[in-house]
This record gives sequence, C-alpha cells and structure tokens, in this order.
Amino acid sequence: MSMKIGHAPYKERVQEGVENDFMRQAVASAQGRFRDGRQKQADELGNWEDWRQLGSEIRTHTLENIDYYLQMLSDNVSKRGGKVFFAQTAEEANEYVQNVIKKKNAKKVVKSKSMVTEEIGLNEALQEAGADVVESDLGEWILQLDEDPPSHIVTPALHKNKEQIRETFAQKRGYDKSDSPEELALFAREQLRQDFLSADVGITGCNFAVAESGAITFVTNEGNARMVTSLPDTQISVMGMERLVPTWEELDVLTSLLTRAAVGQKLTSYVTSITGTRLEGETDGPEEYHLVIVDNGRSKILGTEFQEALHCIRCAACINVCPVYRQVGGHAYGSIYPGPIGAVLSPLLGGYEEHKELPYASSLCGACNEVCPVKIPLHEQLIRHRQIIVEEKGMAPKAEKLAMKGFAAWASSPAAYKMSAAAARTALKPWSKDENITNGPGPLKGWTESRDFPAPAKQSFRSWFKERQKGGVAK
Amino acid sequence: MTIQNRDSFLDNLAANLGRNRRTEGVKRPKWSVQPQYEVFTGLSQDELVEKLEEHCKVIHTEFKRTDRDGLHKVLKETIDGFEGKSVVSASDERLQQYGLNDFYKSLGEKGTEIHLWDESKGEENKVFAERADVGITFSDITLAESGTVTLFNNKYNGRSISLLPKTYIAIIPKSTIVPRMTQATKLIHERNLEGQDVSSCVSFVTGPSNSADIEMNLIVGVHGPIKATYIVVDDEIN
Repeated sequence: MSMKIGHAPYKERVQEGVENDFMRQAVASAQGRFRDGRQKQADELGNWEDWRQLGSEIRTHTLENIDYYLQMLSDNVSKRGGKVFFAQTAEEANEYVQNVIKKKNAKKVVKSKSMVTEEIGLNEALQEAGADVVESDLGEWILQLDEDPPSHIVTPALHKNKEQIRETFAQKRGYDKSDSPEELALFAREQLRQDFLSADVGITGCNFAVAESGAITFVTNEGNARMVTSLPDTQISVMGMERLVPTWEELDVLTSLLTRAAVGQKLTSYVTSITGTRLEGETDGPEEYHLVIVDNGRSKILGTEFQEALHCIRCAACINVCPVYRQVGGHAYGSIYPGPIGAVLSPLLGGYEEHKELPYASSLCGACNEVCPVKIPLHEQLIRHRQIIVEEKGMAPKAEKLAMKGFAAWASSPAAYKMSAAAARTALKPWSKDENITNGPGPLKGWTESRDFPAPAKQSFRSWFKERQKGGVAK
Repeated sequence: MTIQNRDSFLDNLAANLGRNRRTEGVKRPKWSVQPQYEVFTGLSQDELVEKLEEHCKVIHTEFKRTDRDGLHKVLKETIDGFEGKSVVSASDERLQQYGLNDFYKSLGEKGTEIHLWDESKGEENKVFAERADVGITFSDITLAESGTVTLFNNKYNGRSISLLPKTYIAIIPKSTIVPRMTQATKLIHERNLEGQDVSSCVSFVTGPSNSADIEMNLIVGVHGPIKATYIVVDDEIN
C-alpha cells in the first residue's frame, strides 16, 4: 500500500461511502465523541488559544530551521549508538530498511502504528525482503488481517463494526468467542504478545523527535510502541522529516496539544521517548537502532505558500469536525491522509493528477481552521489548491466544469436569467428542501450533485425592495 | 558510517527555503505566550496530591495514600487484590530506603515468587516479567494534571517491569509530584544542557493500557497492564 488507496474513481468511492450506513453512523458518532473530548480539554484549560498560538510558533520556528535541527538530531542519535539514514524518496527508505532486514536475516517484523510507513508502502517492501510483518496497533491489526486500508489516522478501523471484526478473527485466526470488544481485545492481546516476543525486528513511526538529545517519542494508548521498542533486539524508527521539536520543552507543548486535540486526553496512557541503543547493563531495549528520516516530497512544500501544511502533528482534529468526512468516510478520499489535512497534503505529496478531486471534498465551512491545534490555515489552502487546479493545471473536475458551464449560460443571458429567476421560485420548488435545492434539474444538476444550491427566496429582491419602499412587510 | 546522505538531504532543504544551510547560531525565539506554566501554579504539595487523586478516576487507576510506616501493608493488600502470585520489581536504592528488600523477602518466604530486576541476569529479567502478575516501580517524577508517573528506565528499572505484567503498581513519593509534564521536560532539558545524558528510555505512564479501536468503546487493558494502582507515600519532604 502507498499513499493512494484503491483504484475506484473518486465518484464511486464517494458513492460507496454514502451508501455505507454503518460506516456513516460510526463516523458521525466517533466525530461527536472526539469533538466533545477535544472541546472539554480546551474549555478546562481556559486559555486554549494561547496553547494553539504557542504550538503554531513552535512549528513555524522548527520548520524555518529544519536543516539545523535535523543535523542536531542526527548527531545526537549517532552519539547514542544509533545509525541515521536520510531518505530522499520512499524507495530509498524502503531499500535501506530491506537491507537491515536482510542483514539480520529477520523473519518476523513487528510494527507499531505509523502513517509514514503506510505512505511509503514499507510493508510490501518488507514482505519482498522475505519477512512477515505484524501490525500491532489493535485497529491496524484488524485491518491487516482483513487486508483493508485505514480510514482514519487515529482510529484506523473506525469503519468496521464488532460483528465484522469477530468474523475476521474467526476466519483468519480461529477465534470462537463473542463480539464483545473486551473479549476481542483480549484475544488480540494474547495473539500479539507471541509476536512481540518472537519478532526479530521492531519498526515504529515517530510522533516527535527531540533534536537536542536525539530522543524519538511515541504517543500511544495501547502500549504497542513500548512493546516494539522494548523487546526486539533490532529496532528501526521511520520519521517524516518534519516531525521534530528543538528541545524537550517543546516536546511537552506539542504532546499536550496532540493528545488533547486527537483524543481529548491530557496525556495518552503511554508517551515513550527512546534514545539510541540500550545502555550497558540494560536488558531490554534494542542493541541495534536505526533512524530513517524521510522526505518523500515534503521538501518541495518548504518555501512555498503551503509550508504550513508541514506543521501538521497528525491529531485528526480537522477530520473529526469535517462535515464532508462525516458523510463519505475515510476511504472516499483515496489517500491514507483523509479529511481536510488529507485534502491539502495528498495533492502536495502525491501530485494533483492523483488527488485533484480532494480539495473539492470540502464545504469550505472553515471548521478545520478553528480546531487545528497548530493553526494551519487549511481552509485557505484548500481554496488555493482549487485555484491552482482550475487556473494552472486546467483540470477542474468534470462535474464542476459542467455545472459551471450550465450555470454560466443560464446566468449570463439577462433575458434567460430574468425569466427563469421568476420562474425558478415556482419551478424549483419540488427540489427544494428547507432553504436549499439538493437535487436540481437541468443545468443545476451538475452543481447540486456535489453541493446544495440555495433555493430562490419566495420573493425576489426587487419586489421585496419595492414592497418595503411602500411600507409593506419586510422579511 | 553512522549518518548517511545527510549533506545532500539538508542542502536541498536549505535550497528550498531559499537560503544557505544553517549549521549553527539558531536560537529558539522567545515565545509570545507560555500557558504551560500557568497550570496548577502555587498549589501546595498536598493540593497536588488531591489533583492527582481526582484524575486517577478518569484514567481507571486506583489511588491509595499512606506513609512510610504503612507502605508495606498497603503494598501487600494491593498485591493480594491483584491476586499476585509473582511479582517483579525495580531494584534501585529506594528499595533500601523504603525497607522493601525485607518486605519482598518476607513475601517470598510466604510463597509469592519475587524477582528483583538484576542486570547480571540478562534475558531472565524479561522472561520473568512476561509471566508476572504484578510489576512494581517507583515514580521518578509524577505529573498531577494527567495522573502520570515518569520513569527514567535504566539497568535497575527495566522497561518491561511497567509493561509486561498483568498489573502495575507505582509507588509515588509525595515529593516527586509536580503540576504537569512541563516540569519534567524542563528538568530533562536542563540536565541535557549540563551535559547529562538522558535515559535510553523515558516512559510517561498514565494508568493501564487501553484502546478505543473497536467501535470507539473504551477497552481497558490491551498490550500493557490491565489494571494499575498508584500508592502515594508521604515522605516528609515538602
């Protein structure tokens, strides 16, 4: 798997999402809970805006000086016995990891949840190198057994219900108990414990690397990243190059923002910072440690108007408030990065050609801007993407083009507009729902397929104004 | 070679930022706001204990409080409550300070299997921890706001003790309690400036492990311990 998921065209993916009732209900309820949790934490602090401001300043400074801090980080990891590999591309990163695997003659690799390894398609590369890969995050493990891509960056199996999970466990692992989440989780614990103990190599992502000391930090609730970093003798961390803080003091602020914004917790059960190899006399932790720092298209965003997209700390707060994500779910985006941040990042990392529809998967309501803990201007960046797609790339989505054409023809002829504006109030009535037209006829169809068109007022502005002048009733 | 491809990689970043590579002289700016220092400012040590106790309810962790004289009794009750037949414990100098060597010895004599983490025993440490019912460590720094024990893992306090057993007990000297993560990371930052190496693993542990990956239901106890108890000990330092 790489960043792009599935081959179905955008429209089909959206349709599939919209028709999946369980998924839509699950997403709606999850969004509600995530949102409430985040809001509660923000309210409790009382000065959340100050926290966001600080988060934003830290990210800005770090990205402005990313070369300086990456140098410091790599020096410090190296000082503590770790090997550091800078990978320009996904291929370079995968090849480096493959070589480690081959040198170790590793048969089993156990992983903790990591978006960047999904992005570069590391699992396939590991399998090519002859290793079995076990995903150890509960959600990821479920998806791995079922060969299904993630639909949310924090709770990847959000689109599955417990009956489906029970069925998967039964078919793939001979599970014969109930579909109670506790029993399912206990089964996963027992199965995965064996994998942790027998794995030759552990692979993690990285939430934040601390430049000043070379510490790589993992934020989890299940404890799987602790397992992966405590048990196998060889350990590899793969980090997107921007997942970096200058010192431990900034680690505090960004971790606090991440756990609150992501899951409404003051801290998750485990925040674990590992530095290099285990020290003399220590009996757990890796004796061989590798850090792979991945660019894979990120550097092209530096120095552009989209630089702030690299401030993202992967909390999914924007996803959890997005009304479009709520309706279509994660898979519809066709990228491992869904929701507003996915719609901004995917075209930048994976190219406009593959992801040109995503900036349109937004109602431009701006809710994402309000919740982002590091104040990324997602809303503005989505609009800018659309401009680029239409004006520079000449690849506006077909539906958009058609709708615009029909609308333009209709609205630009004064006679047609005058006539139909009056007629519209009556004619469009059957398609109006509340104040919006949701399934318009003729030239409006292209438009309303992807958005609602405001229903004409019962009275035209002209006749309303006339009446008002006469002292008539104003609405 | 322990660092590969660095120069070409970082030169490219600098080029994209439209400037020369920065290898020195970068200073963190003075941030315009520092809200992290406002949390629980001015609270007494006892008030911080109350905050910690309050938050234990949220993180599914049992909270107990005692003094040095009562520690053995409370520890025994907690181990019994977890039906602990086998116990693995960290082995730093605090065992001696709190008289736990004798305590574990007497527990052992009564039939509980006891393993004190011992660097000379290598793998055996992990093997015991993996099948142990209870893991016990002291907290190095305790964060009142989030209910977190901070562990500087080392050869006396292996990572596995607080991770592999079914249940976990943290002994929290009252003097280790601070408002929040800010104070812990500040200390690590300052030590680092002084040239002291940070532990190979710093574990911030907040209650038992959990997951919400199945239909957003909270499941307590996934890969790490299924239950956790904190025992705050009044250690007469205020």
